[in-house]
Amino acid sequence: MSGLLAYGAYVPRHRLQRAELGSALGVPAGKGARTVAAYDEDSTTMAVEAARRALAGARPPVGGVYFATTAPAYVDKTNATAIHAALDLGHEGFAVDFAGSVRGAVGALRAAAAGSGLAALSDVRSGRPGSADERDSGDGAAAFLFGDGGVIAEVVADTSATAEFLDRWRAPGDTASSTWEERFGLEMYLPLIKDAVTRALSAAGIEQADRVVISSPHARTAAATAKSYPARLATEPAPLGFSGAADLGIGLANALDQAGPGETILLISAADGCDATVLRTTDRLVSPSQQAGDTVAAQLALSRDIRYSTFLAWRGVIEKETGRRPEPDRPAGPPSARSEAWKFGFVGSRCTECGRVHLPPTRVCSNCHSVDKMERMRISEAPGTVATYTVDRLAFSPSPPMIDVVVDFDGGGRYTLEMTDASPDEVEIGTRVETTFRRLYTSGGVHNYFWKVRPVNG
Amino acid sequence: MASNGIRDRVAIVGMGCTAFGEHWDRSADDLLLDAVQECFSSTPGVTQADVDAYWLGTMSSGQSGLVLSRPLRLDYKPVTRVENFCATGSEAFRNACYAVASGAYDLVMAVGVEKLKDSGYSGLVRSQTPGDGTAPESALTAPAAFSLLDPAYCKKFDVDPGDMRDAMTHVAWKNHHNGALNPRAQFRKEVAKDKIAASPLVAGRLGVFDCSGVSDGSACALICRSEDAHLYTDKPMYVKALAMVAGPADGPIDPAYDYTTFPEVVHAAADAYRQAGVTNPREEISLAEVHDCFTPTEIVLMEDMGFSERGEAWRDVLAGDFDLDGKLPINPDGGLKSFGHPVGASGLRMLFECWLQFRGEAGERQLTDPKLGLTHNLGGRPGTCVSFVSIVGSEKG
Repeated sequence: MSGLLAYGAYVPRHRLQRAELGSALGVPAGKGARTVAAYDEDSTTMAVEAARRALAGARPPVGGVYFATTAPAYVDKTNATAIHAALDLGHEGFAVDFAGSVRGAVGALRAAAAGSGLAALSDVRSGRPGSADERDSGDGAAAFLFGDGGVIAEVVADTSATAEFLDRWRAPGDTASSTWEERFGLEMYLPLIKDAVTRALSAAGIEQADRVVISSPHARTAAATAKSYPARLATEPAPLGFSGAADLGIGLANALDQAGPGETILLISAADGCDATVLRTTDRLVSPSQQAGDTVAAQLALSRDIRYSTFLAWRGVIEKETGRRPEPDRPAGPPSARSEAWKFGFVGSRCTECGRVHLPPTRVCSNCHSVDKMERMRISEAPGTVATYTVDRLAFSPSPPMIDVVVDFDGGGRYTLEMTDASPDEVEIGTRVETTFRRLYTSGGVHNYFWKVRPVNG
Repeated sequence: MASNGIRDRVAIVGMGCTAFGEHWDRSADDLLLDAVQECFSSTPGVTQADVDAYWLGTMSSGQSGLVLSRPLRLDYKPVTRVENFCATGSEAFRNACYAVASGAYDLVMAVGVEKLKDSGYSGLVRSQTPGDGTAPESALTAPAAFSLLDPAYCKKFDVDPGDMRDAMTHVAWKNHHNGALNPRAQFRKEVAKDKIAASPLVAGRLGVFDCSGVSDGSACALICRSEDAHLYTDKPMYVKALAMVAGPADGPIDPAYDYTTFPEVVHAAADAYRQAGVTNPREEISLAEVHDCFTPTEIVLMEDMGFSERGEAWRDVLAGDFDLDGKLPINPDGGLKSFGHPVGASGLRMLFECWLQFRGEAGERQLTDPKLGLTHNLGGRPGTCVSFVSIVGSEKG
């Protein structure tokens, strides 16, 4: 039987409290917080983080990597290739973007389900200062691995309804979306939803699902749909804000976090039509994320508040003074290609003669000086310990000051890395850290992807 | 054998050194010419045409021997440009000495220059080789890289961070004190300890006053065989030892490296002491000019050079052992901290202070009857560096 084998979600650490947003703009902005991708995160890095969680303890995908986002880090160039490389999946196989629309998420999920692949859904969402989009969106990612054998949920129904109408749109290059009058969208969506969901429930042979996950960029449509299709069981919501192409996935991950075996989950995605899916969980559902404590709820609980001005700077709305230092050079193409496994996969080398680990991989052992006696050693999933550290207030950084730590990895290997999702007072010798895939900076239009560390359970 | 050495086979017979500082009004060409002219003014009868070959050290103020031959309008002389990070000036000197010792030339000159203040940036800036964007050296600034020593040292030797801060402050205070006595220094005033300790943070616990000056400047040395030295001067300075080490650069990837030492310095110092026949450096060395790029560096260097026991340098520093009137004066000219650090010139500037001290021309900084001087020049950063150590003396044998 083929179906869902594993899943993982990624919720960035930073939060913008709506009260902070409201006080900065002098408007009422309600309660709660939205999640915020840090200055060093984008849709690609968050997709990697979600996919790492999905693949923890799982087999690598047999099929391709299908990446959905409305905020691609590159256009023309495929972003899924960086995700593929960061997951150290080698050069075999397919990697493709479903970039541009929220509905691309369903495309990625269905392609992955059909092809025993990995769907990575990730998004960075914003809007004009003071807009509902800015206030009510969130950033995050989720990933789903499909394949045969040992499935935790099977797909029992898939339906769709499609219509062309102008509810929400954005021209390429614009930073914020526009919407038509709210009631127009509502009246367009509801019949499409009814059509798709009715057929999905019928195909699944059920009248009501145990759990219902609804995702729509049209908030009022989502609220109305929730009333029309109540779930049999209560699912604690994950209030991180509407997260675009990641929203359906984070909702599903949150439902799976809370689901037991033999439950039906109805997924309703209302974006330029409606796509409805019914899943049935199996008794194999003890999710890796539950085991690792990486549930959506657990990640939401680890939060770091930022100022609204910081949010604007991170989104590029305002440009802060960065100090009297040159901007770094863009990463060069040929060296980056030569070191693909190192730069993206964080793969070092281990001397087969003496065991010394080298980061990055080298040909000559620094301990026994053997030449070309190396085997590859992937470090990306190893935790580590800070050997010494500094806070560099002079260095160029998109969000100074830069914290740099010398990390000794469990199992061998040392490297100097930036520490992120932390403030200078959170680091000392002996601090335990975990790896995270980030964008160090962007120079000359080239994103410099590499690994950083952050405090464990920071 | 690590090196045979050329003890007492060559001598410095003339030197020049510009004031170091922010020379907005002078180009690298001007600085080179000023240093060389000063050198020739001390050796009557010698002109640039008498010099058989030149070595020019600069890290980033130009490429090739033309950087020297063009401003001096040298007529068809061999000019070699060398670069070895911040040890560039010492490297120009070392290679020039070997050329004389080999017999290839009779009279050579080593010149160092750096024009740092034209970049418009704070701190050192150097062009990067195209890379994959993962090297920490391309992001981490020099003060940050050297600030890694501070927490590691405190942790390893169980030194109270407040005591370490005091020792770092003392290093800066001392070098400013010495520099205030030096008319060629970039910063010619004493700085109160509380001002040093409270200066704006640059990296880690390093404040502005824990960092060496970023400067423009040039220095040079005229070198000949020892037996010819008295043709040019009655007070030559003899070269006792020249040691140079490039490390395997594996500190940042080797968990065994603890960021409390520069193994490259330990190796270079041992080689230099062996070449010069020095067995008890703390007692035998009269003065040392060391690479105090940042205050924790000088503390660690005291141990790597054998001037202090491991884990004790901070205590010796605070006891005043390395003050101008201490047991072993360190950086009597103010060091990188106060004299300034025009990269390619610094190694030669260190020799210049030994030169003045041996000649009794060090003014208010003059030490009593110095016999052996040591210069130490570092290039790179903890775990990935090159190190140079020389020993020079006022007398042969």
